[in-house]
Amino acid sequence: MVWLRNPKGKMMQRAAAKSWQWGVAGLLAIGLFLWASVARAQLAIEITGASGRQIAVAVPYLVGEESLPQAVTEVVRQDLARSALFRLVDVGLMRLPEDLPPDFAALASRGAEAALAGSVVAAGGGDWEVRVRLFDTVRRTELVGRALRVNASQLRWAGHRIADLIYEALTGTPGYFTTRLAYVVKSGNRYELKVSEYDGSHAVTALASPEPIISPAWSPDGRRLAYVSFEHKKPVIYIHEVATGQRRVAANFRGSNSAPAWSPDGQRLAVTLTQDGISQIYVIDLALNRAFRVSRSGMIDTEPVFSPDGQWLYFTSDRGGSPQIYRMPATGGEAQRITFEGSYNVSPDIARDGKGLTYISRIDGRFRVVYQDLQTNQRQVLTDTERDESPAFAPNGKMIVYATEVGGRGVLAAVSTDGRVRLRLSAAGGDVREPAWGVLPQ
Amino acid sequence: MTRRFLIGVLLTPLVLAACSSTPTEEGSAGVEDRQVGATSAVASGSPAEALLAEIRNPNHPAHQRSIYFDFDRYEIKPEYQTLVVAHAQVMAKYPQVKVLIQGNADERGSREYNLALGQKRAEAVKRALVALGVAETRIEAVSLGEEKPVCTERSESCYAQNRRADILYEGEF
Repeated sequence: MVWLRNPKGKMMQRAAAKSWQWGVAGLLAIGLFLWASVARAQLAIEITGASGRQIAVAVPYLVGEESLPQAVTEVVRQDLARSALFRLVDVGLMRLPEDLPPDFAALASRGAEAALAGSVVAAGGGDWEVRVRLFDTVRRTELVGRALRVNASQLRWAGHRIADLIYEALTGTPGYFTTRLAYVVKSGNRYELKVSEYDGSHAVTALASPEPIISPAWSPDGRRLAYVSFEHKKPVIYIHEVATGQRRVAANFRGSNSAPAWSPDGQRLAVTLTQDGISQIYVIDLALNRAFRVSRSGMIDTEPVFSPDGQWLYFTSDRGGSPQIYRMPATGGEAQRITFEGSYNVSPDIARDGKGLTYISRIDGRFRVVYQDLQTNQRQVLTDTERDESPAFAPNGKMIVYATEVGGRGVLAAVSTDGRVRLRLSAAGGDVREPAWGVLPQ
Repeated sequence: MTRRFLIGVLLTPLVLAACSSTPTEEGSAGVEDRQVGATSAVASGSPAEALLAEIRNPNHPAHQRSIYFDFDRYEIKPEYQTLVVAHAQVMAKYPQVKVLIQGNADERGSREYNLALGQKRAEAVKRALVALGVAETRIEAVSLGEEKPVCTERSESCYAQNRRADILYEGEF
């Protein structure tokens, strides 16, 4: 994939759009309809909540897009719709070439606050160049422009990338559409560790095992997964290279080995070991291949996660009589209690800006996802389901993916940190659990 | 006899390697001392085979392998003391045979926290056996958490069956 120069520049003035584009519109309509049907069959997210004000965006088909084996803008529209932050404005078969100023008045009259213009041209060697520009139709300005050179296997990626550009230009926060999920699917007695697109779709199996797999964790560079496998009749931690499928044992000490979490620099792995009896937290230096004990409570300490600056470990402990979330220096030391409400707060994850904490809280016998602002310590219950588990922040910190149960079956869901948007990810397969949200390898 | 001696010699470094990392705060990571998914076959005529043959008899006091726990509890209840003593006696009779204790938890709540709860149950059984004179180095206590339930219904009687520690002997793990 090659990033080309930003085509942003002075717009060329032309008298009128080429009329032939509209002449073939009828034929295109049929083709585009078929495309759309195929894409919709893969739709993996349903929106069960809604955000407040949605930004109205027009995403017409790109000029020349019909030459592609797959519609890029269909991916863009799905991504934007699923975020629930945007409302898609239907502009029919309108095309907006990126080298012409769009008809701002016409777009505004249809209610669009922003519109994507663009075209696809053959770039040789079986590649295409996808050129896009996003316009603010109210201020009549260009917001962002980009050209992507892609091959046939990168078209979905290109759609996700364009959706990320639009998301960031209109919300000020990076998008998450090019990120990946890892999760575990249990079907009968078979366990599969899957890696998918951000919405749970297009999954590939990284590992299949007749024994349980739990607690996958992405390395910060998006190349490796650490996880716990029970194939030895006990929990053992592995590190798995996603691209090659090669893996190695990261921790197989006497007793149980579990709850891996990467340090932000990818050099260390915080884990839970039981070599001294009860579950305690250790940090493995991956270069030295040695484990150092960091917690010494004599009570259960587990589920460690590094703060984004690498200075702290947040973790679950029952040292106060019930499981609560604490933090301690990443090299060990005195712990501070972070959660106080309720008698069961577990499975912490920290947003990458270090400001937000998510965890599972038992409330009236139900296990729910909670978001806690670490500056004000205010907490908000984000879900109303009964058996939520394993919450994990999206890389941009705006969404939280978690496992829950619907109709007796494990499914993945996501919720925005303000609780206004809730999505169902219907990753295929029997029982889906243990989601982890990671970045694309750089 | 020669073969049995050889197996003993071969196993000793593994056991020692495992022990040496136990009490210290440092240890070498990445130690993998078993084959993937291995359920090691017991050599014909081995002590492990003799032990298993003995307790396979339903009338043997160590025939049962499971110790059940109350909700959120980790101490061995009085009704299981006899069973633990019976296993300690079998272990004393066959001092070469290694033991794995797998702790379990019911499915409610965090998988990792349940793993830690299962570990406490396995450790309780291990400590009881050590108190009865079994060498600590022979016994490995591990947890399966909520991952391997024997009962999958959502009822209190089912949850109770999953709050459990199982005693496994060499050849069974």
